[in-house]
Amino acid sequence: MVSDEKTTDDRAERRPTDQLAAAEGIAGSAVGDVASFEQSQSPLDRLQRFLHSRPLVSPSVVLLLAFLFFSIAGDRFFTATNTSTILAQVMIIGTLGIAQTLVILTGGIDLSVGAITLFASVVMGKLAVGWGWNPWLALLFGIGIGLACGAANGLLVTRLKLPPFIATLGTLSVFGALAQWFSENQTLRSTDVQEQASNLLWFGRVWEPLSGFRVTYGVVFMLLLYAFFTFALSRTTWGEHVYATGDEPETARLVGINTSRVLLSVYVVAGLLAGLAGWLWIGRIGAVSPIPIVNANLESITAVVIGGTSLFGGRGLVLGTLIGALIVGVFDSGLSVLGFEPLWRVFAIGVLVLVAVALDQWIRRVGK
Amino acid sequence: MTTTPTATATPVLEGRGLTKRFGHVTAIEDSNFELLPGEILAVIGDNGAGKSSLIKCLCGAYTPDEGEILLDGEPVQFRSPIDARALGIETVYQNLAVSPGRDIAQNMYLGRERRKPGVMGSLFRVLDKAYMRDHARQQLSDLGLLTIQDITQAVETLSGGQRQGVAVARAAAFATRVVIMDEPTAALGVKESRRVLELIKDVRDRGLPIILISHNMPHVFEVADRIHIHRLGRRVAVVSPESHTMSDTVAIMTGAMVVSPEEGGTP
Repeated sequence: MVSDEKTTDDRAERRPTDQLAAAEGIAGSAVGDVASFEQSQSPLDRLQRFLHSRPLVSPSVVLLLAFLFFSIAGDRFFTATNTSTILAQVMIIGTLGIAQTLVILTGGIDLSVGAITLFASVVMGKLAVGWGWNPWLALLFGIGIGLACGAANGLLVTRLKLPPFIATLGTLSVFGALAQWFSENQTLRSTDVQEQASNLLWFGRVWEPLSGFRVTYGVVFMLLLYAFFTFALSRTTWGEHVYATGDEPETARLVGINTSRVLLSVYVVAGLLAGLAGWLWIGRIGAVSPIPIVNANLESITAVVIGGTSLFGGRGLVLGTLIGALIVGVFDSGLSVLGFEPLWRVFAIGVLVLVAVALDQWIRRVGK
Repeated sequence: MTTTPTATATPVLEGRGLTKRFGHVTAIEDSNFELLPGEILAVIGDNGAGKSSLIKCLCGAYTPDEGEILLDGEPVQFRSPIDARALGIETVYQNLAVSPGRDIAQNMYLGRERRKPGVMGSLFRVLDKAYMRDHARQQLSDLGLLTIQDITQAVETLSGGQRQGVAVARAAAFATRVVIMDEPTAALGVKESRRVLELIKDVRDRGLPIILISHNMPHVFEVADRIHIHRLGRRVAVVSPESHTMSDTVAIMTGAMVVSPEEGGTP
């Protein structure tokens, strides 16, 4: 029973503003201040906010400084020939880096991109050269293999709900083994490929806009891929949903985004890109070889991380990955021009990865 | 008692005999609910009283086992929050209101992005970013939230109150019938809570009825027109902040006090 004995003492309690003020211990005069959400900022805060809103700045600065340093320190570094070599070396990691960026933006990781690349390339070679298929059909089939491998990864992640790390660790071995099996461990020589399926070598062809500056078709193709995915990620609903899925999956689901479908699409596209990288790989080495692409998976992750994309998902740009891949290429070449052993290049890249991740952790704490 | 809307109006959102069970546990049983036009209805209850399950039935996150939901007097069925949203019911979720890495405009339009006209939008699904930025800015300024200078800054760079402001603005922009707010002030400081409470009242004054779930009695008493009290899986009373004190309300919530029908008790 609610009694009628509620006395006048209680009436004071019924004035809401007073209740609130009393309960929270604030003065009534505070009401005037609340209209603005002011923030005070130290210079460090401002730097943090600046880097947060412009994720390409820190990798660009590193690339520029590295380039300047090696150009000054080593006189054989900044030459047309050496610059073209760096670009050619970056081609495969750069392309796989796009695939890796997409997956990492969703908060996942793809350890199998290198294995898919190898698998796709040996399928193309064997079908065209070994089995005498129409070389274009063989090429399409190889790219299709990449797409199918990506779909397999995507289904493991979305249907079986396996963590991406584990799913792709498994498929890394599976696809790698399938590549060995299908190729019967045989290398197809350059001359045979040239004779029967010269289209597979197409990306190795060279365009020489300046004397000594030789750009392969593969490098141009990689740059076009970057332009395409920059647009797709920043200007389409698909891109928007990729970021939202990686940023806060539960929020994305609540606003009606089908996050499973987004994830599946990302792994399929990553597989497709790895399949295309298989074609690039044949052009790069000028033959079809079953030898695993050394460090392809880890270097693609390195490029993504150095490029400023967060391993926690939802933050980053594909263009950052291109810069990241170029940073790796510049250190690689620069240190060798200066006469350092390759181990120091590995060392330097390792330090860069650690710095990049630490910086990302700090930038992500913005506003906290 | 003057602010209490007349009981004769058709409820905007009504639940009749709602029951939701999980295995042997009954979360809500034969529970009724009414939201009247233009009011802020607070829903309170102890932990485990079933208010959360009730709200999830009303916003489409759960499908009730029994009972019916009426929207403007018409029976409706929600299979997901998307269904409820399509009918004009927007929900501001406690911890999941916004996507922190996305900017303000992107958050406002998340999941219902505006695309460019013509083939660019329909086939290539290209976003109309200018439209979304302009309208997001408009919406925020309508609610007096333009202390946020840059519509393209990531939501995680905002303070907690500003983030909640973005979530409320989004709900107000798209809701045509009801806004549901789950603990909108739970994570905020005193000043920011005040600002968000002002916002809630603004939204109500623009004609949208609001369901406010809150543990914070002073906040409930500041903004609510009526208070729905949930206990042991059902509604035990609907009281007005003018007729009952906070201590009465807490007493009803915990079962220390029983309310007669004349006083708002619901048998």
